[in-house]
Amino acid sequence: MFCGCAIGRLGDPPNSNVCEICLGMPGTLPVINKAAVEACLKTALALNCDIPPHTKFDRKNYMYPDLPKGYQISQYDLPMSRDGFLELDGRRVRIRRVHLEEDTGKLIHAGDKLHKARESFVDLNRAGTPLMEVVSEPDLRSADEARDYAIALRTLLRTIGASEAEMEKGQLRAEPNISIRRPGSEELGVKTELKNINSFRALHRAILYEVVRQTELLESGGTVVQETRGWSEAEGRTFSQRSKEFAEDYRYFPEPDLPPLEIDPVWIAELRLALPELPGARRVRLVSDHGLPASDAVLIAADRDLADLFEGAVAAGAEAKQAANWIIGEVAPAGKIPTAEHLADLVKLLTLGSITRDQGREVLMESVETGRAPSDIVAEHGFAQVSDETSLLAMVEAVMEANPRAVEDYRAGKKQALGALMADLKKRSPQANPKVASELLLRLLG
Amino acid sequence: MSELTELTIKETARLLRLRSFSAAELVTAHAEQIERLDHRVKAYLRLTPELWEKQADEADRRIARGDLGPLVGIPMAVKDVLCVRGVETTAGSQILKGFRPPYTGTAVARLVEAGAVILGVTNCDEFAMGSSTENSGYYPTHNPWDLDRVPGGSSGGSAAAVAAGEAMIALGTDTGGSIRQPAALCGVVGMKPTYGRVSRYGLIAFASSLDQIGPFSRSVEDAAIVLEAMAGHDPLDATSSTRANDVLRNFDAGVKGMRLGLPREYYEVDGIEPAVKAAIDAAIKALRDAGAEIVDVALPHTDYGLAAYYIIAPAECSSNLARFDGVRYGISSEDAVNITEAYERTRRKGFGTEVRRRVMLGTYALSSGYYDAYYLKAQKVRTLIKRDFDAAFEKCDAIISATSPTVAFPIGSKTQDPLSMYLCDVLTLGGNLAGLPGISVPCGMTEQLLPVGLQVLAPQWREDVALRVARAYEVASGMKAEVAPLV
Repeated sequence: MFCGCAIGRLGDPPNSNVCEICLGMPGTLPVINKAAVEACLKTALALNCDIPPHTKFDRKNYMYPDLPKGYQISQYDLPMSRDGFLELDGRRVRIRRVHLEEDTGKLIHAGDKLHKARESFVDLNRAGTPLMEVVSEPDLRSADEARDYAIALRTLLRTIGASEAEMEKGQLRAEPNISIRRPGSEELGVKTELKNINSFRALHRAILYEVVRQTELLESGGTVVQETRGWSEAEGRTFSQRSKEFAEDYRYFPEPDLPPLEIDPVWIAELRLALPELPGARRVRLVSDHGLPASDAVLIAADRDLADLFEGAVAAGAEAKQAANWIIGEVAPAGKIPTAEHLADLVKLLTLGSITRDQGREVLMESVETGRAPSDIVAEHGFAQVSDETSLLAMVEAVMEANPRAVEDYRAGKKQALGALMADLKKRSPQANPKVASELLLRLLG
Repeated sequence: MSELTELTIKETARLLRLRSFSAAELVTAHAEQIERLDHRVKAYLRLTPELWEKQADEADRRIARGDLGPLVGIPMAVKDVLCVRGVETTAGSQILKGFRPPYTGTAVARLVEAGAVILGVTNCDEFAMGSSTENSGYYPTHNPWDLDRVPGGSSGGSAAAVAAGEAMIALGTDTGGSIRQPAALCGVVGMKPTYGRVSRYGLIAFASSLDQIGPFSRSVEDAAIVLEAMAGHDPLDATSSTRANDVLRNFDAGVKGMRLGLPREYYEVDGIEPAVKAAIDAAIKALRDAGAEIVDVALPHTDYGLAAYYIIAPAECSSNLARFDGVRYGISSEDAVNITEAYERTRRKGFGTEVRRRVMLGTYALSSGYYDAYYLKAQKVRTLIKRDFDAAFEKCDAIISATSPTVAFPIGSKTQDPLSMYLCDVLTLGGNLAGLPGISVPCGMTEQLLPVGLQVLAPQWREDVALRVARAYEVASGMKAEVAPLV
């Protein structure tokens, strides 16, 4: 966020993506990363936020070994954006703010339990990575909603190119704040904040657990303590991280090493115009323009690449439902994306009954790997020739149905029409055993 | 050879090209001067022979190639808060003992690029906090004009080195007056640029919104040359300006027709010594005689400046010094049972009293419930002080005053009373709060042969004005910064 170091990858050797600036060495200074500001602004625009004309960074002061400067450069009272919303299943989840800050490093405690560790190791690779904090208002009412919100947010971020947002890679962190209250009560209850959640599933489980914990606590006459709690995936429970009785005072003050920013409204307008179609709008359009069922639309619109593939394939002539099925059933799980033309080609072959579903899968893989068109691959492989009559029957009948003229001609005595029929059979079903197929065809032609 | 340690940049440049001596000989003369005197002056913390030998050789090669750059071969001392790659840099503190930065700060790098030769690292108050260099975590520096007295601070080592002929130029830093005040007390020229003029990258931070790097020299022209070479935008410092460096504009134009403001709050400041006042009066007369019009100006919020400064600077430093935790560099405590104890032990051991005092003050001023009353309020007062200067500069081109209310005081005489030490800065810290360029030039000696300094403050970005006035005074008065007569 404030130096030129590479982000690197999970698994890079510790302290290998560092420099004197993100190590907080004496005499070094931060300089704002414009690309991070751009990503934050794009996110703010996609979330319908207000972008104030002035914004600044502030220092959040506390000492901890994973925080090299002894303060984190963040944003306190003049964040880059506020007051937006995310559409979720027809309702709006309000966004309180989206701001930028720098990430801390990582501590690895020998034995993995802090209170039992004899040694802790500091890896500062992650220190200084740009973090965008998206804070929602307390509008989410269930673990399901929270999870759906997080997934929708991830989709949005990927669509606009602000982040890959892969939770498992540490690119997206969810920190739910949870409280409960009696039905009918206007006031929100005391909240706890959960950390160490590393997947959407964990998010769901953790929230469910915490709600039960708080409920049992309150029903037994206790009170919920406002605190941060860690989620233990292994134990399936949250535990208190609070070791002090008093809250940390961060002594926020404006970062003197970074002049305040005045965001150019022309730049904002350009960013707004350049935003791609957002997932919500695309979902709606997939249903209305292509007649996809809502469930398919949700899945396809969730990934910009898949959505682009779908629409490209349909534009190249593929039948919409088949294309959707193949994307959802085969392309997405395999994780390898063919070109739109190739997918259209494949879908056509399948629709025609030229190849079986299993063969289709194989052709898809090879097409993606070699970049060659499915038709070429099918022809080349001359796929395991189908010789049994039952399978061939369908193919032959398809040929006859598609070529009534030729059938008529043949039956009228023009035996050469068989050639046309066989040619079509070959085109449609290159794997059909020509000898057996022609015998069958002749039989059916009478 | 002793004359080699009394030259200015221009004189040296000429003589080097005439081959009167080589850069290597020039450096050797300074090394010998240091050897002869520094066990008494103690301006230096560490010498860098490995650097000066290499750099002097390079300078001689450049001269042989016909390089006319004025800074080629010029022997320079660098305050211990300025990072030089591979050179132990400790900010005058025990907490950074042994720290060798893997990078050189931009300002120093530009000077080395221009051919300057680094003699060594000079002493200073710990983390630049102080006005006498007595807060150094190592030892105090002695004023070359009277070894029982302080050289001023926090850049006392750099000022003393130049005053003793142990360097031709030196770099210091000025947060509340830490270049100008020691320059005055040591009888040399010292300049603080406009905030943002010189990159702070590589400067171990004390107060981020106030710190600036600047030169010490024995002539105004030398200071201007060094400043011009260091100044200019640095992509590594977001607070550095992209403005053009026209610091030498109208340098020798004189003060005829210029209006010089004399703020009564500065002229009549509490505690100003009669000898200082007398020297300033003489300087005012000399400037008047040279054609300047002296006008009365008011800086009505001056009284609040000290309080505002001693909230803002400690607040920022409390944050800047949080990184000294023993985890990544510097000394580290042993036998601590947990991280909190480790921090406490390292910092108690590594930080001196004044540093700890200011970190605590600053933490308090920023703390919840007090932020509004202290830090925020102080920043608002700062705006008022800046406005005072803006209004004053409507009526004058530059402001003149004494740099320090007193001459150099005896070592140990103010250390028991921090507040009395803070008062040393009353005339200089306004310039830091308002981000103005300021220069101190020697304007005479008292009967005890202790130097007095005249301060010139100019509007933001008008270093050229400050230098022009200082230069005109130098010429008109015939005042020349002499090397102190130490035997």
